[in-house]
Amino acid sequence: MPTTRRIVAVAAGTIAVALAATSCSTGGGEVDPSADITEQTLTVSIWADYYPEDLAEQFEEATGVKTTIVNHTTNEDIVAKLTASADSGIDVAFVSGQYAQALGEQGLLAELDKSLIPNESNLYPEALELDYDEGNVYSEPYAWGTTGLCYRPDLTGYDPTSWNDLLNPKPELEGKTTMLSTDRWLAMPALKAAGHSLNTTDDGELAEAKDQLLKTKPTLLAYDDTTFYSKLVSGEAAMVEAWDGWCNYGIAEDPTIKFVVPDEGADLWVDTMTVLESSKNKEAAMAFINYILDPKVQSWVAENILYKVPNQAAMEALDPALIESYPTLGITVDELFDQEVIVDLGEDSLKYVDLNSEVLATN
Amino acid sequence: MTSTPHQTTPGVRANRVRRGLAPVPFLAPGMLFLIVFMAIPVGLLAFYTFFKRGRFGGLVFEFTFDNWIKLLEPLYLGVIVQSIGMALVVTLLALAIGYPMAYAIAGLSPKWRTIALIAVVLPFWTNFLVRTYAWILLLNNAGWLNQALQGLGLTDEPISMLYTPQAIVVGLLYMYLPLMVLPLYASLQQLDPSLREAATNLGANPWRAFRTVTLPLSLPGALTGCVFVFVPAMSNFVIPELIGGGKTVMVGNLVRDQFFEARDWPFGATLALLLTIILVLVIVLQSAVSRRVTEGPRRG
Amino acid sequence: MAEPIARTDVAASANPTTTAMRELEPSAKPRAVRRPRGILVPLWLGYVFLYLPILIVVIMSFNDSENLFVWRGFSLRWYPEVFADGALMQGLGNTLIVATGATAIATVLGTLLAYGIQHYTRGGFVRAFAIAPAILPDLLLGIGLLTLFSLLGITLGLHSVILAHGVFATAFVTAIVLARMASLDPSLEEASRDLGAGPVRTFVRVTLPQLAPGIVAGALLAFTLSLDEFVIAFFTTAPTQPTLPIVIYSMVRFGVTPEVNALATLLLFVSVVTVIAAQRLTRLTGSSK
Repeated sequence: MPTTRRIVAVAAGTIAVALAATSCSTGGGEVDPSADITEQTLTVSIWADYYPEDLAEQFEEATGVKTTIVNHTTNEDIVAKLTASADSGIDVAFVSGQYAQALGEQGLLAELDKSLIPNESNLYPEALELDYDEGNVYSEPYAWGTTGLCYRPDLTGYDPTSWNDLLNPKPELEGKTTMLSTDRWLAMPALKAAGHSLNTTDDGELAEAKDQLLKTKPTLLAYDDTTFYSKLVSGEAAMVEAWDGWCNYGIAEDPTIKFVVPDEGADLWVDTMTVLESSKNKEAAMAFINYILDPKVQSWVAENILYKVPNQAAMEALDPALIESYPTLGITVDELFDQEVIVDLGEDSLKYVDLNSEVLATN
Repeated sequence: MTSTPHQTTPGVRANRVRRGLAPVPFLAPGMLFLIVFMAIPVGLLAFYTFFKRGRFGGLVFEFTFDNWIKLLEPLYLGVIVQSIGMALVVTLLALAIGYPMAYAIAGLSPKWRTIALIAVVLPFWTNFLVRTYAWILLLNNAGWLNQALQGLGLTDEPISMLYTPQAIVVGLLYMYLPLMVLPLYASLQQLDPSLREAATNLGANPWRAFRTVTLPLSLPGALTGCVFVFVPAMSNFVIPELIGGGKTVMVGNLVRDQFFEARDWPFGATLALLLTIILVLVIVLQSAVSRRVTEGPRRG
Repeated sequence: MAEPIARTDVAASANPTTTAMRELEPSAKPRAVRRPRGILVPLWLGYVFLYLPILIVVIMSFNDSENLFVWRGFSLRWYPEVFADGALMQGLGNTLIVATGATAIATVLGTLLAYGIQHYTRGGFVRAFAIAPAILPDLLLGIGLLTLFSLLGITLGLHSVILAHGVFATAFVTAIVLARMASLDPSLEEASRDLGAGPVRTFVRVTLPQLAPGIVAGALLAFTLSLDEFVIAFFTTAPTQPTLPIVIYSMVRFGVTPEVNALATLLLFVSVVTVIAAQRLTRLTGSSK
């Protein structure tokens, strides 16, 4: 046995050295504003269906940068891939604000060179003062919004106003509700319902939230982060925890569907654009971000996927009829800032990770 | 295979002795490849189980037994026990459904037998995610089965079938049923028909002939089928996620979530190793039992 | 020899040639053992279970409606959309690259391994080791390789999936070639060696041609297994390079569009054609024996 182990160890060592030698050194170097971006190629990772289908072609046409867009399913998915290898091959990653914060603190993101992003001036002033990244050092906001209850009044029979309508549903709604199960949004309703901060790190408050969530679990139809709106449309579900923009997908198919931010309040989430430190095409990456922040481009998000964008020029130019049909688009910046911004909690983030695994693993 | 007479000739023995470096070009490339990309990764996982997690995956080099102790928490122990239970139910159902199928196929004419077998394997050749998703269409509250039931007036309210543990069992059963039928068929088809015939001629009724002749001899095939079904059923994570609605978690989901959601690689590795240990035990048990069964009667 | 007895009435009546053949067979004592009449019922029920979901998918692929639960009339409109979908086509291309690469690795390594195991090892250890990846849970292999690649700082991509798929594919090729080898006549190799050919020469000139059907079968199996493999690819691929199963997975997760039905139907069609072709092929090679 000792000999086999030694052989394995030696073999492992040899291979490690050999492979380390072949894998490229990391770090894409400094940003050089004068670099010729048309010689660069760009890989952008973004959530599926969250961007114009021809975005790559559009950007290529505008700047001459050959662009590939790939999709990730969740924040955790992309963060795992970004941290798993030294160079993920991705230049621009779309992640939620708290992840941009965490990645930035880990040194994985490049500081943005604002001289390459003049379109930042189109943003609401508030969009530069978000807690997860004040001054937008590592990230520029792509879309923002809040989380609430998306429901069908004809199936619920009433208009819910509180997170408790979801957490402790009326008997006739049992088996007809869904909750988000991904990172901070699982605990959020329970924390808010109990009057706690959604960024709390207090063990007692988290334990209380966990108890509530375990009580809620048997009443759910399913945990659903991606198709809850179609469950409303098909009538499988009557009320779901939903991001405002995604509720609009349901409203688009069934105009009777409504969205409400419960009285206890909710979160202000921001999906951001970041440039990886490992990118060798940082200038093109920042040109891409600048391109998105053009009101004509960013308004696409509001007009087509029905999310609010932090781009003042884009929002002010929005067709009032659209806001009429999709009231969540009319939520004002002030109203949005009444909600709590999700921030990364450093080591304490693991408390939420554990809470999630414990709630989800309980059968 | 039993040894051929050829292998006992002196010439071959001499050949064996002077083989020297001859095996190297044949064995070395494959073995090296498998050592690097199978043995070392598995060894690495074993190594990881004794360290602490890093915040973004990976690990902190601080020795600990915590991961193994964590397995004993009722929460995780419960998931493991429930997974074993569900995989077991799936296996038994597959046996109950697969045996009559294999038996019927073995009795067909050679031509029909081929067609029948292909028909069993064919679903296995279509993408398994698509097959899983087909069940969502079927079992959904607004789905086709509920529409049919309501159309027939059998129920007013849709029956909740999707997002239940039972739906997961059905999904797993569907996924792995062919893996039960094939080995069963193989062992049933090898049965010497004259044995059964002899039993019948000696006055045994068909059922008795089946019980005393067919059943014992098909046992190795049944055991192989059980392992083929049990092993993947226990580690599947896609079906519990898509058909179970995330409410029922199996070991596979725990492992996946430790890697991609919780970023707790050491604990994920621990769970995966435990899963593997359980599955290896099942395989060892299977081969022991099947050796007993096949060798027993001949010696007795 | 053809099976003498035990044919069911249904199969016999459904197929006149079989009935005729039965009469020609000398040993076919008519109805020596009568099988219970209901014996085909479980088989048919089994097929209903196996094919009902697939049938639904195929039918819905021709549905004009976007709603997957409502039939609105026949339409072929989802089929062109499959080919227009860049993500799907990229996934398909990646999958073919991975399957080809993994099959190439596995065919070479697996054949060599099988020969080496058969001729130079006595105990079962090497054999068990080489076949282990076929039995090992895919989950374990997937996270193990992810861990290895991550530790070594290797960028994930198609190459990492090819290597990962190569592992289990090698095991299957080894197993199949070993099985083929067991049925070979060893005297030819013996003769070659007696005539002074070295082991490598003997292997290339004598053994390899004899093994060809086994190698082809192994390669085909490796290729098909890689095409449909999800779990290992899920852990070892880069987000930039999803294979087709991974693309389908995210499509299914993100709310299914009817496009998936059309894609599934196309995949099914390809499978059926491949199975039939493979069947013909084995019958051809089999009959020459």
